[in-house]
Amino acid sequence: MKQLEYGALASRANQIKEELRKSVIQSGVRRHYKEVIDVSWGDSHRAGVKPLTFVRQVLAACVYPPLINSNNLPLDVRQRAQKQLGTCAGGSVGSYTETAGVSEIIHSISEFIKRRDGGIPSQPENIYISAGSQWSIGNILHVLVNSEASPKTGVLIPVPCHITTAVSITGLGAVTVPYYLSEEQAWALQVEELQRALESAKGVCNPVALYVINPGNPTGYVQSRKSVQEVIRFASEKGLFLLVDEVYQDSVYGENSEFVSYKRALSEMGPPFSGTVELASFHSVSKGFLGECGLRSGYVELVNLDPAVMNYIQTLFSKDSSSPVLGQIALDLMTDPPKPGDPSYPLYNQVGTLELYLLRTSQHYVAIHKVVENLPGLSCPPIGGGFYAFVRLHLTPKSIQKSKELGLQPDTFYCMKLLEEGGVLTTPGCEYGQKEGTYHIRYNTQIEYSDLRKMLLSIHLTVAVMDTRV
Amino acid sequence: MSATRMQMLSSRSVRLLSRGRNEMLAGRSGAQRPGGDPRTRSLTCPPLSSSSSPGRALSSLSATRRGLPKEKMSENGIMSRAKVLTIDTMNPTVKKVEYAVRGPIVQRAVELERELSEGMKKPFAEVIRANIGDAHAMGQQPITFFRQVLALCSYPELLSDSTFPEDTKSRACRILQSCGGNSMGSYSASQGIDSVRQDVASYIVRRDGGVPCDPNNIYLTTGASDGIMTMLKLLVCGEGTTRTGVMIPIPQYPLYSAALAELGAVQINYFLNEEKCWSLDITELQRAVNEARQHCNPRALCIINPGNPTGQVQSRQCIEDVIRFAAKERLFLMADEVYQDNVYAEGCQFHSFKKVLFEMEPEYAETVELASFHSTSKCYMGECGFRGGYMEIINMDDEVKDQLTKLLSVRLCPPVPGQALMDLVVNPPQPGEPSYDTFIKERTATLSALAEKAKLTEQVLNTVQGISCNPVQGAMYSFPRITIPEKAIKEATEKGQQPDMFYCMKMLEETGICLVPGSGFGQKDGTYHFRMTILPPTDKLKILLNKVKEFHQRFIQQYS
Repeated sequence: MKQLEYGALASRANQIKEELRKSVIQSGVRRHYKEVIDVSWGDSHRAGVKPLTFVRQVLAACVYPPLINSNNLPLDVRQRAQKQLGTCAGGSVGSYTETAGVSEIIHSISEFIKRRDGGIPSQPENIYISAGSQWSIGNILHVLVNSEASPKTGVLIPVPCHITTAVSITGLGAVTVPYYLSEEQAWALQVEELQRALESAKGVCNPVALYVINPGNPTGYVQSRKSVQEVIRFASEKGLFLLVDEVYQDSVYGENSEFVSYKRALSEMGPPFSGTVELASFHSVSKGFLGECGLRSGYVELVNLDPAVMNYIQTLFSKDSSSPVLGQIALDLMTDPPKPGDPSYPLYNQVGTLELYLLRTSQHYVAIHKVVENLPGLSCPPIGGGFYAFVRLHLTPKSIQKSKELGLQPDTFYCMKLLEEGGVLTTPGCEYGQKEGTYHIRYNTQIEYSDLRKMLLSIHLTVAVMDTRV
Repeated sequence: MSATRMQMLSSRSVRLLSRGRNEMLAGRSGAQRPGGDPRTRSLTCPPLSSSSSPGRALSSLSATRRGLPKEKMSENGIMSRAKVLTIDTMNPTVKKVEYAVRGPIVQRAVELERELSEGMKKPFAEVIRANIGDAHAMGQQPITFFRQVLALCSYPELLSDSTFPEDTKSRACRILQSCGGNSMGSYSASQGIDSVRQDVASYIVRRDGGVPCDPNNIYLTTGASDGIMTMLKLLVCGEGTTRTGVMIPIPQYPLYSAALAELGAVQINYFLNEEKCWSLDITELQRAVNEARQHCNPRALCIINPGNPTGQVQSRQCIEDVIRFAAKERLFLMADEVYQDNVYAEGCQFHSFKKVLFEMEPEYAETVELASFHSTSKCYMGECGFRGGYMEIINMDDEVKDQLTKLLSVRLCPPVPGQALMDLVVNPPQPGEPSYDTFIKERTATLSALAEKAKLTEQVLNTVQGISCNPVQGAMYSFPRITIPEKAIKEATEKGQQPDMFYCMKMLEETGICLVPGSGFGQKDGTYHFRMTILPPTDKLKILLNKVKEFHQRFIQQYS
């Protein structure tokens, strides 16, 4: 998806990496950096964060069961692996699982949701595991979007918005109806804007669903309970199905920010909302403190769906065979982690717990924010969570002119400069959509602290470069 | 915003693929692929009943998951607001999707397992799932080398463990080096990890006796089904009589019918010849395409070789004929070759479509569009749970390729452990390496056991009066024809069931054996079959076959 603009950046980054590798020998290329820092993806491991030991030990033992009998791994890891294999047909992670996923793992997820939502029950039958949250979003959209309808089915999506879901929507023959997040209000989601967007769809398409990302990607905005309730009321009033991307739910670190799940808010609102508003909530192992994107595992919880429709959802998921088993196990480990007293707990607690993860994340964010605040030409509202900084670029007319001459979007031009001069690969705001005449860059803040410092320096450098040389 | 770019995706991909057709309509040939002499053809065609009886599979469902959500939430709700998503408002094409391999019979099997575990009395002690090609579930052991390398990749600290052979370590390091941040937890490129694609390409060159393969034509996928689905998405377009038609074998693997229903494409059935060991007749292909042209636009031809569920292995001559046919009728070829190592019968050999195509005259080799699919789930690996796979795309338009990449990137990337496994499958231990001997021993043991079970299954089933089974030349299934007495057919019809569904359901209830009825795969009217895997361990398979035999005899007795 990150195709045209980002594609050019990524291939240039690869060239530079290659040159840097060679320059070790030739030492001919003059650059201010020794390696390219890739913060263009929402990918912690790529950005240098180490996987959680407990998770990887269990996975290794599941993959190669003789490890269960070796003393190389802690006892609880071995026991856990044994338990996980007990839920796999033939005791192998190489078997297919039930369509919705391993039923024990589904139960872990439903318990996790219940704990998260202060005791509000979650029915295992309403949960489907898939090869990443985008896969489930695709399946649910597929049921929602009437490919034969005229006018076409519409789905409201935020702007800015990561591009994957938008591509899924249009790929299914539906129309995206953009609603703009308010940058002035720290990227808040405003119901008046939803209203405006819905009206804009009149005569164009038939909007059936509202897609929300909370915490936001790329914006990092975290909705308050009140805001969530407002959106639910709006969806209820306008007859919209809620598609809620909550994959960043563990990454909320802003002061006074709190993650309130749509499921919880909906339930607490009581009738008539709690029994009627249809909701699909998505989560995955790719973000948060697991950061296991490569395993491709996520789930959807469906609320208030028509039982007859659930039948078809079952069939649709069954066509995908089953989702990758290692990913399913990672979901189990995420939703049912080591407990105090387990041999793995102390280490897990040191590196893995949510509190520590958030502390580190917020330190990163504060560090970024401090630098960005003080740089002329950059601004970024304080944000509540998520994986990214989405920084506004106040570009000079000269640099905008220059980028146009080069046939690049101004923020792509900036990213290119940042890559060439600073060795940092980021993504331009034009990939996500932005208000006309505004420019941004997005980068992943979930990176090792040393890299972060280098990155900030690079940004500093580049702002200066942009102003002087262009 | 980037909406313009996104919109290109759907509409444009369709447009690009259909351009060939439009240009031909206008009689322009110049813009075709170089060397592509545009063969003319008539442009319209007949519809084809889009599959078996609609709604059937879904209506007879058990309550476990389907018929569900007993939502706590709706208990306190007054239904003040109609649902957004109902049977009437949902995507109509999704309603047509059926998937027999995981259909109602499997739902019932799950229920029976639960009842057994709750202590309910049944005429059997366990449910035997012979419905799905899931080797490990049936006790097949994984290949040690694969699992060792994957364990090292999962937890690289094990690299210092002296019990792992050196070659597993060097392999793990190589894989990790090509992962972002040296972790299998990073996203890869949507098309798959570069080094894995290169290894796949070298494997194909070796497999096909030196026929070249470009790594840029290799796309790693989430199992083969992901690749098949994606290619069909690219191909399907048009409305009414210009709607894309896709030719699939009958019997077929239900992924195809499900995918075509989901995409709203026209399913064009061509029947395999049961009397000639499920072989493929070109005259039958011709009949099917001629009829189809009256109401749709046939654009693709799917071949499953070795066959699923039918187990036949195509001869080289037959493949050549199919390629000529595809060229003549301008059809995109989709070759499902996931059972390429599962060939058992003497005198049978696997020939890839790619190899045969490239050894033909340039007018074919350089023009016929082909996608070939493979995966880690079958053959001697049986690693279904990893969802590893790849497809090789030949002679595809470059602009369409861009669209393909975009379509694939919606999934972000295939699971990285599955990619790593695919890499090991295409690049196994070499002679002289520490893991080589064990690897060969394990692989040979698995494949020869399968060959033995293929033979055993055919032999035993053919001893039963009223069951006739073609030789299982390859793949993992037998698909015997069964006689169902009139009385049973009547009873099934009254219950609103297909006769072979009725038969299989009864067998499940009485013996605990879970099979898939032939109606889930498609069959000639008036004939009945079931699909049974040959995967259970030999001793268990013998018991199973015996139980099937006894059941069948009982069934015949009861209904005659």
